[in-house]
Amino acid sequence: MKLEKNENKATRIGFGEGLRDIAKQNTNIIGIGADITSSVSMNIFADEFPERFFSFGIAEQNIVAAAAGLALGGKIPFFSTYGVFAALRATDQIRISLCYNNLHVIIGGAHAGISVGADGATHQALEDIAIMRALPNMTVLSPCDANQTYNAVFAAVTQINSPVYLRFGREPMPNFTPKNLEFKIGKGQIFTEGTDVTIIATGHMVWEALEAAKELTKQNISAQVINIHTIKPIDKTLLIESAKQTGAVVTAEEHQIIGGLGSVVAEVLSQNYPVPIEFVGVNDSFGESGNPNELMVKYGLKATNIVSSCKKVLSRKLKNY
Amino acid sequence: MSSISELKNIAKHIRIDLLKSISEAGSGHTGGSLSSADIFTALYFNILNHKPDNPNWAERDKLILSIGHIAPVYYATLAHVGYFSIDELQTLRKLGSRLQGHPGKDHGLPGIELSAGSLGQGLSVAVGLALASKIDKKNNYIYCINGDGELQEGSIWEAAMSASHHKLDNLITFIDRNKLQIDGETENVMSLEPLADKWKAFGWEVFECNGHNIEEIINTVNTAKTIKNKPKLIIANTIMGKGVKSIENNHKWHGKAPSKTELEQFISEVY
Repeated sequence: MKLEKNENKATRIGFGEGLRDIAKQNTNIIGIGADITSSVSMNIFADEFPERFFSFGIAEQNIVAAAAGLALGGKIPFFSTYGVFAALRATDQIRISLCYNNLHVIIGGAHAGISVGADGATHQALEDIAIMRALPNMTVLSPCDANQTYNAVFAAVTQINSPVYLRFGREPMPNFTPKNLEFKIGKGQIFTEGTDVTIIATGHMVWEALEAAKELTKQNISAQVINIHTIKPIDKTLLIESAKQTGAVVTAEEHQIIGGLGSVVAEVLSQNYPVPIEFVGVNDSFGESGNPNELMVKYGLKATNIVSSCKKVLSRKLKNY
Repeated sequence: MSSISELKNIAKHIRIDLLKSISEAGSGHTGGSLSSADIFTALYFNILNHKPDNPNWAERDKLILSIGHIAPVYYATLAHVGYFSIDELQTLRKLGSRLQGHPGKDHGLPGIELSAGSLGQGLSVAVGLALASKIDKKNNYIYCINGDGELQEGSIWEAAMSASHHKLDNLITFIDRNKLQIDGETENVMSLEPLADKWKAFGWEVFECNGHNIEEIINTVNTAKTIKNKPKLIIANTIMGKGVKSIENNHKWHGKAPSKTELEQFISEVY
């Protein structure tokens, strides 16, 4: 697979363009605005289909349950706001009206992770994966770049008929996956082959993982990089196969270590093929203001942190032998 | 269509059967089930355009029960109107039953539009359904039943704003105004009055009726349907425990089940 950075592009733009284009094919798709329509790129859809866009104001709880009603009425509603509000402000509505009723509503969790930057802790979604993945019937998607987010929107509409939480970010980030790369919900993707250690990453951290693997190659360490764009349902088979192949795992996510991708991987491997695991993520703290890169550095979410974790997990692996 | 006297008789039997099912279950919400029995009877035996032998008929009117805890009256009404057998009411709240403590569609009971039980969500769902019907230019109505204590949930008022903003005149919601909730009188727990004025200020057309007079309930809905461009609210003034004199207006019966002895006494009292 050819993975090379062509441009920097925000995943939220991938979301907006995906929504516009899938809406051309499926007339049941409607959009619900929560006042930050252009901020989450839903304006790209709303400009093209004004009659299918409905403003509901700053009222996440009502929006989620109303989206459930729209789905009961045969529509496929998309609702997006910042992940902190989408996943946390209306959690009870998501649990009962969406998940318990098992309705096909797509929630776009925007501005995910610490790379939101200057807005600070209140607006940095760092717990949304943990909370959304705990809900029965919920599918949780976390694509790695703008192209993949575009494809994730199509998959969320065409591959399943149940609630989806689709997580994406604010800042322009490397756009490196081929536009036509297949997105199969529930299937992880091996982006780089390797034999010494597995790096399992999601979202923006996948690019960092690829950078880390390049650095490790220079140090004669062969790292396999796996992109997990579907946090739930997790691709158990791939995780287990990879753990068997390398015997050591590092996870990387722009999310709390508690409850996120790292927890998912630990749940799977501890039951099936236990190997040493190290976790790169936010370590039980709130974020703060700063520019995105400064924050990624301060909170240990760069390629260099993944490299250090790989070395640490490799030393644990050797001890086990 | 049934006459008013026939409807009154149906309501009486719905009350008896819901009492039996709650007593058999050993737990459940007696007070609110009894207070809304006449509203349910009016809706399912007169107002709603629906087909019990074809629960998924696409053009049907839909009723959303927001206060899932009064499931016993919902189930008893659905059984009496023909969605399933009255005998099944005796399985309420038991393991493997289609009659969950709060309505759960995943258990397959016909006639249930929504799994619900967390207060303050049903009106929003009804808003979404009404909007979907508007988008599809359907002529059906969406009904919702809300409790009065439930109106203390903030999300209700988000829903109220959105219904009038989108001019959902195909939405008619009832408030079972029995003025009681678990801790006591609504006006002591968290005051709701002036209730009608609040909804009017949110852009709704507001009606009041005696929630135990089936003819008045039906007439109020018919009047409400003539109002265009606004959602409609019917404050149905009711009595918690209505129909069983010895427990009427007693908030302690919000969530209590009659014992076997009490059941016999209550059934003999039902009017």
